[in-house]
Amino acid sequence: MSNAPVDNSRRRFLTIATSVVGGVGAAGAAVPFIASWNPSERAKSAGAPVEVDISKLEPGQLIRVEWRGKPVWVIYRTPKMLEQMKQHEGQLRDPNSDEAQQLDSAKNSYRSQREEIFVAVGICTHLGCSPTFMNGGFGEKVEGTTDGFFCPCHGSKFDMAGRVFQNVPAPLNLEIPPYTFLDDTTILVGEEEEVA
Amino acid sequence: MADKIEEQTVAVDTAAKSGGIVSSVVNWIDDRIPMTRVWNMHIAQYPAPKNFNFWYLFGSLAILVLVNQIVTGIWLTMNFVPSAEGAFASVEYIMRDVEYGWLLRYLHSTGASAFFVVVYLHMFRGMIYGSYQKPRELLWLFGMLIFLALMAEAFMGYLLPWGQMSFWGAQVIISLFGAIPVIGEDLTLWIRGDYVISGATLNRFFALHVIALPLVLVILVFLHIVALHEVGSNNPDGIEIKRKKGSVAEEDKPKFKFHEYYTNKKDVVDAIPFHPYYTVKDILGVAGFLILFCWVVFFMPEMNGFFLEAPNFEAANPLKTPEHIFPVWYFTPFYAILRAIPDKLAGVVAMGASIVVLALLPWLDRGKVRSIRYRSIWHKLNIAQFVVTFLILGWAGATPQTVFSTILSQICTVTYFMFFVLLYVYSKNEVTKPLPTRLTK
Repeated sequence: MSNAPVDNSRRRFLTIATSVVGGVGAAGAAVPFIASWNPSERAKSAGAPVEVDISKLEPGQLIRVEWRGKPVWVIYRTPKMLEQMKQHEGQLRDPNSDEAQQLDSAKNSYRSQREEIFVAVGICTHLGCSPTFMNGGFGEKVEGTTDGFFCPCHGSKFDMAGRVFQNVPAPLNLEIPPYTFLDDTTILVGEEEEVA
Repeated sequence: MADKIEEQTVAVDTAAKSGGIVSSVVNWIDDRIPMTRVWNMHIAQYPAPKNFNFWYLFGSLAILVLVNQIVTGIWLTMNFVPSAEGAFASVEYIMRDVEYGWLLRYLHSTGASAFFVVVYLHMFRGMIYGSYQKPRELLWLFGMLIFLALMAEAFMGYLLPWGQMSFWGAQVIISLFGAIPVIGEDLTLWIRGDYVISGATLNRFFALHVIALPLVLVILVFLHIVALHEVGSNNPDGIEIKRKKGSVAEEDKPKFKFHEYYTNKKDVVDAIPFHPYYTVKDILGVAGFLILFCWVVFFMPEMNGFFLEAPNFEAANPLKTPEHIFPVWYFTPFYAILRAIPDKLAGVVAMGASIVVLALLPWLDRGKVRSIRYRSIWHKLNIAQFVVTFLILGWAGATPQTVFSTILSQICTVTYFMFFVLLYVYSKNEVTKPLPTRLTK
């Protein structure tokens, strides 16, 4: 080392100042790299509502439509299904839909705007698989029932109103999307508003 | 005897220095980068214990598979189209129309499974011979990081063919992050780059799979080997071959020339140079491995749905989950732990913990005796139950969920973690057999 006099406090100040400024610069430079992983403008704008024609929907039938890349189910529930839903409320996590998985218009015992027509996002609230509609065969999963949804991935169970049963991995009821009956046989999924 | 070796070495050195085009090129390079020094220090004069057995093949085999993945991967990118519209079709194009495309892809897909086979066996070797114990903790941690990076690499690679299993597997794994309180949902959105798995997700996974993670893997493998060569290999007896300087009588020292980096600090016993002894042994291992590997590549590349799953021959459909979804076999033990717990956050935490706890082995094992050969019957039984547990979990995670498989997974989740708890308890005052002073056969 040279014999030049060293001003230690000045050296320390410069070291700290350089590190702080450099650190801020590095953090600033990281912003575009991290932010570029967010959904792009195109992805954000791709959420347009979709119209569903239910005139040909038979009782007990399920149709799937794609909304924002997700499966949305529209089901015509039979009177038997509606009756059955009242039987097992004691076995559900959230029978009264207290969790905000639906708008107010669907916060009722059927979780729908009309009793028989059930609209839900068909994505399990556990890890995002699409549960299987067990039309008539749900008794093997929950005794005393005949219809419901069973998630093939991790065994979560939902009733005909998308309400989750206890002792399964899914924490929440199925999500109900905003939707509007444009007329008797047409549903607009993705938007909820007053229709004249 | 020692003089004779010295003479030989001197002779080799002079041969290299005197004349000859080869040696003058070598000398020219050595004056600029330390080629000969690194070769000697890490290969030709690297002291390795003389009693390596079958279990010591898997480290070099892992490097072989890594090279296979990199080379076949580069060739696959030449025809793969990383987009939601083109990915599935381009894989079929590679399989049907590209010359030898089927071979490149099967080498790559079989290589992924082979990677986990050799890495699991490599890790198991470390467990039975206590290779993670002091002073090899950091070596073990680098290994665990490699394991993590490898899992990420395999997971992202599996999305690329854009089949049904690719799509829904990625959906489940990314949703795991959604279980994190508060930030979970935003985090999954950030990872996907969209509200659902989409082309945006596919493209970024492609970038990470072919550039980012391979770089990380190669760097970690380099650090793993640097750490290994600094502390030296463990061996099936679990006793050190490096002794205090001056503690070994001259006639007990091996009659090989080892690099002075090792012999200046310590006396080395029962060692042989890595080259040619273990390079030749590893070549035999490579030959055996390639026979099995090629048999799979040519005769059963799908391995009955365990290496390539049937639903993945159908293009991704975001509206319909396949009836049964499983991860590829190498994730099933951890997946079974996830499924065993009927609570979203607790399941994810248990699965994460099952991997983290492996990294903590050097501190959970409080014993001083490394090798299973000299440890108590309790340790042997514990390792045996861990193997059985791991296999059952692997089976349960690859089976449709039933009441039976759920209960079995729950029992095995307990016994999995009990391995570590029990180890911590009995290793403190474990009754072990006396250690030999020198390596046995």
